[in-house]
Amino acid sequence: MFTIFGIPSAALFGQLLIGLINGSFYALLSLGLAVIFGMLNIINFTHGAQYMLGALSAYLLLKYSGLGYWPALLIAPLLVGAIGVVIERLFLQWLYKLDHLYGLLLTFGLALIIEGIGRNYFGSAGLPYTLPDSLRGGQNLGFMFLPNYRVWVIVASLTVCLGTWFVIERTRIGAYLRAATENPTLVRAFGINVPRMITLTYGFGAALAAFAGVMAAPIYNVSPNMGSELIIVVFAVVVIGGMGSIMGAIVTGFGLGVVEGLTKVFFPEASNTVIFVIMAIVLLVRPAGLFGRRA
Amino acid sequence: MRKFLGLAALAAVLACGSASAQQVNVKIGVLTDMASLYADDTGPGSVAAAKMAAADFMKDHPNVKVDVVSADHQNKADVGVQIVNQWIDVDHVDMIADVPNSGVALAVAQVISTKNKVFVASGPASSDLTGPKCQPTTVHMTYDTWMLANGTGKAIVKNGGDTWFFLTSDYAFGHALERDTMAVVTANGGKVLGAVRHPINTSDFSSFLLQAQSSKAKIIGLANAGGDTINAIKQGAEFGIVAGGQKFAGLLVFAPDVAALGLKTAQGLMFTETFYWDLNDATRAWTKRWDKERNSAGKLPSMNMAGVYAGTMHYLKAVAALGSAADGKAVVTKMKAMPTDDPVFGKGTIRADGRALHPAYLFEVKKPEESKYPGDLYILRATIPADEAFRPLKDGGCPLVSG
Amino acid sequence: MERVVDPVTKRPVLWRQHSEEIGFAVLVVALLAAPFLVYPLFVMQALCFALFACAFNLLIGYVGLLSFGHALYFGWASYLSAHAAKVWGVPPEAAILIGTATAAGLGLVAGSLAIRRQGIYFAMITLALAQMMYFVAVRAKFTGGEDGIQGVPRGMLFGLFDLRNDMTMYVLVLAIFLIGMAIIYRIIHSPFGEVLKAIRENETRAISLGYKTERYKLLAFVLSATLAGVAGSTKALLVQIASLTDVNWPMSGEVVLMSLVGGLGTLFGPVVGSFVILTMQYKLAFMGEWVLVIQGVIFVACVLLFRRGIVGELAKLLRVRGL
Repeated sequence: MFTIFGIPSAALFGQLLIGLINGSFYALLSLGLAVIFGMLNIINFTHGAQYMLGALSAYLLLKYSGLGYWPALLIAPLLVGAIGVVIERLFLQWLYKLDHLYGLLLTFGLALIIEGIGRNYFGSAGLPYTLPDSLRGGQNLGFMFLPNYRVWVIVASLTVCLGTWFVIERTRIGAYLRAATENPTLVRAFGINVPRMITLTYGFGAALAAFAGVMAAPIYNVSPNMGSELIIVVFAVVVIGGMGSIMGAIVTGFGLGVVEGLTKVFFPEASNTVIFVIMAIVLLVRPAGLFGRRA
Repeated sequence: MRKFLGLAALAAVLACGSASAQQVNVKIGVLTDMASLYADDTGPGSVAAAKMAAADFMKDHPNVKVDVVSADHQNKADVGVQIVNQWIDVDHVDMIADVPNSGVALAVAQVISTKNKVFVASGPASSDLTGPKCQPTTVHMTYDTWMLANGTGKAIVKNGGDTWFFLTSDYAFGHALERDTMAVVTANGGKVLGAVRHPINTSDFSSFLLQAQSSKAKIIGLANAGGDTINAIKQGAEFGIVAGGQKFAGLLVFAPDVAALGLKTAQGLMFTETFYWDLNDATRAWTKRWDKERNSAGKLPSMNMAGVYAGTMHYLKAVAALGSAADGKAVVTKMKAMPTDDPVFGKGTIRADGRALHPAYLFEVKKPEESKYPGDLYILRATIPADEAFRPLKDGGCPLVSG
Repeated sequence: MERVVDPVTKRPVLWRQHSEEIGFAVLVVALLAAPFLVYPLFVMQALCFALFACAFNLLIGYVGLLSFGHALYFGWASYLSAHAAKVWGVPPEAAILIGTATAAGLGLVAGSLAIRRQGIYFAMITLALAQMMYFVAVRAKFTGGEDGIQGVPRGMLFGLFDLRNDMTMYVLVLAIFLIGMAIIYRIIHSPFGEVLKAIRENETRAISLGYKTERYKLLAFVLSATLAGVAGSTKALLVQIASLTDVNWPMSGEVVLMSLVGGLGTLFGPVVGSFVILTMQYKLAFMGEWVLVIQGVIFVACVLLFRRGIVGELAKLLRVRGL
């Protein structure tokens, strides 16, 4: 069929900027996964469901208490973070002594439950949620139209990602976290409440996912299924990055978003498989992942 | 003497009455999607519609007893086939209704035909059900892909939307929609300015929407469905597509999708459906009753659910006329012989290839300020009469017809 | 096989020692009687999934590798078998062989990529590869996309037996299932199987003993994929459909659930799990939306409270070595 190629370089840059939105979501989500994995050694399959809960909370907040986008950005992550804390205390804490695979299985089961209940009460078609008025419209850059909302998403995710990196890598509490990952017993001996740190870390990871969910709500279809397909791509992103470093997760997330965006321009039919193909290549060339620790 | 006369009179009455008072038992199975993509367009709403039809019918025909069972095929063809096999062999189900998802529908149509029961397909879209894959036991209600492409394409072009750009889901269904609609558009004097294919379940449509925008086509045809359609339209709002003067044409859109988008985002969207709850007094009254049966605050019935009701009613009429539901082929033949009449679709017929004919309507989604009450979503732009809305009989390639 | 000795009398307890053989005998008798008691189409489907689950379980139970994308082999074998039977018109035994060969090939490629990482990463890689192949299946013409391949003819087995007869088909499916189980049994109780168990316990030690663990793991992976392929090819002929559901990730999740419920690392666990889960799905089909929630609850409950699964708990109760 007829496709339109041959975009001039300025427009290409514009396309990339817009395409970076996917990268923002990949970065936020893989950051959350990396933080949780780093502390708990659990792959949080529920991450997709927590992302969905964030979007769902935004919708519910609007519908039942009239609170719009901006309050939701703060409240939804707190709500879902609290749910995360409950999940960790009720379910996850019993698994730390077991094989890591059980964590994956349990969080998979939790995801099924959360998404199933969501479908039950909210259907599958989707729930209405529109752009906040303050972020409507865009800038006409001459060669293309750049929506304000996209700029906001990219800026917000960069800020949150870098902020998280800073806290973990450059502050005292971050140092405790990193130490507890390596040697929890020793850190406990220093009087630091490691189990509470673990619980809060999981809650924080869930909150990150929910934050991404709220940002997604105005532009992506808000439905109980919105997390499950996304999470598998995020897994691939995480394998490519290797979960060795926080910065690695962020860079890989944004980078792969850019690659996917480019593929959409030049070879759209392949854009949903390109990340998996890259994963296969990285596995062949550098099995530990681009930023992984052990080979 | 009086006693003898009395007995004779009683015997006479019984003898006359017995032919029409014969008890007929019918079991209907609503095979639908309860949990995923089609759950809001069909699912529990379809079951409610079937139960309504059964209750309405039994009220007027006390000698007919109708049982309605239901199951979720989970959008899996093998689950659907397994359920249908079990229903017919073990549970003595006589008629299978609904079945959204053309893949499942085509599979069960085969099984039902082999076992000589009836398939009232009000859920699936594939026009193959009345084309090359038609069966003597299948009746296809509500809509099909040909009608969607033709209705939407033709009506929009006639309404002034003569330049098109397509956003197509890159798999067989999307290609088929695109191909059919392109043909209709060009045949009616329109021009196709371009098309782009996107993978199924794409979340970010920005680069495709930019291409659509720069093509300056008056109409952006969405040859996709479900979440892809919704995402494309939602992000179209981001890019100010509608504000810039272009309109979206949804090639497979249901009322629940519009509700999911909300009027602010969906305004101006044009598409074809065969039922709208607010179309006339009959549909309004029916919807009120459906709402009570369905017990779901505020949800709207879709055209598929209306199809379940209409199809079930007509099926029961045929069964009552024949006296038995046992021979599927015979019942369907009777259904084709009798004209249809119900509050949801109005008057219509069922053709030799199993296609149910009734009018179709081109709708446009209202602007938020135009909506006067909840559920007031559509403007009626055009009515397509029944004989024009569906593919001509001779073009279908159904072996029942040409043979 | 190790001798199981009664602690008081110090005499070998034969039935505990031969628990697996006895289990086999019980299984065969039950399956011979089944088609006369239960809807045969259902039993056959359960057997296909049982074999699929057993193939998956071979990897997790005996090698310690959780493959979260096993639907890849099951589904693609199903597609190729269906295509061969319908479009190329080959007899059913050839269709099954073609499907199985496809699964083996895919297993080799996927395995060599996935084996490069361990544990969680291995699981995620298998999931990602399966998802990639799902997208390929959506687009590929021969798979029929959303409609799938329908109306697959069952054909005449060896040119002699008409498989359209459900009872004849049952004999074939039962035979395939039992042969598959026998192969798994043989793998587990062989020197090769012992090495696999050693790798699961402590891979570094196995390497230090001189075993090329990568090769062993890859071979186990390919065997598992091949058996999953046998199950898939047979299923395509049984229900006469091959569709996208067979390659999608919920299918991979389901087989994990079946093995978990039945008992990871047991021989008969996945079989029991398959029957349990399929029965639940059909009995609760009317509940629609809640079936997935219930499956999730079962997952969580099994992981937290019931890790040994049905057969595992039974084995513990009877104090047998293997089941």
